[in-house]
Amino acid sequence: MTIEFKDVIIQTICRLLTPPIQLYALYVIAHGHYSPGGGFQGGCILGASFILMVIAYDIGEVKRRMAEKMNTIFCSLGVIIYSGIGAICLILGANYLDYGILHKILPVNPVRARALGTLGIEIGVGIAVMAVMISIFLNIASGGEHEGALE
Amino acid sequence: MIWQLDIIILIIVVISAIAAITVKDLLSSAILLEAYSFLMCLLWTEMGAVDVAFTEAAVGAGISTAFFIGAIYQTTRRTKD
Amino acid sequence: MRFFALIVVLITGTLLLYATVDMPDWGDPYSPANTHVSPRYIEKTIEETATPNIVTSVLADYRGYDTLGETTVIFTAGVVCILLLRRFK
Repeated sequence: MTIEFKDVIIQTICRLLTPPIQLYALYVIAHGHYSPGGGFQGGCILGASFILMVIAYDIGEVKRRMAEKMNTIFCSLGVIIYSGIGAICLILGANYLDYGILHKILPVNPVRARALGTLGIEIGVGIAVMAVMISIFLNIASGGEHEGALE
Repeated sequence: MIWQLDIIILIIVVISAIAAITVKDLLSSAILLEAYSFLMCLLWTEMGAVDVAFTEAAVGAGISTAFFIGAIYQTTRRTKD
Repeated sequence: MRFFALIVVLITGTLLLYATVDMPDWGDPYSPANTHVSPRYIEKTIEETATPNIVTSVLADYRGYDTLGETTVIFTAGVVCILLLRRFK
């Protein structure tokens, strides 16, 4: 697992492919209202772009871009965004996860407020799924050591 | 729903599922499972469940295969039985 | 033992195939799933949630608790993976 592995074709293709993959993942998350997709699928694609980076470079390269502490924070942040939006609805006087009441703090009518609440929780799910996928893959592929590369 | 296409896809699904559990090489088994997931994704799309197909393609074919390959690097590549 | 397992598998498969005969046809407009709650979602989704994709509106809005549970399951999987596998020196 510690052998230095460099292949210029794989690394160039990975460097060219990673930004379109991440852009497509953001499109899938943000456009989930109008086309197939949503937070779960977009988060999976975002995590897959980092997994591609592990396969082309090594684990240290990914940990330089997404530190482990940051990744663990993102894990919890997604669930906190989701349940926090639900709690805001509760504080404003409606049921838990009843986004229609969000029109009191957003400058839109209640129907648009429901769409915006849906978008908020999709973003939360996307962040959580991305961080969890990266964390599980790094832990499985390196046996918990978090170093080396897949050669 | 085009039933001829359904029959063809279902036959290949069964073939790839049987091949995935009989082959000795674990890496080939993971790739065959990925082929199975993509064919199931094609089947969902053909039946009109596009969201399910998208989830199947992202999770079943993409991420879980990466997890299997990562796990195979930590163990032996050939099965004993 | 292997022969016994084959018999069990064959009996279970036959029972499952026999049970699928009772299921409604694919895309049957009069099946129970398509007559009770689906028409209401199809009619009211745009005016209640302003979300054209009905699947997203059902998953994230009408059935928000389910998706919250799903996200919590994934989060728990990640935390358990860190707790079980991660080796700190």
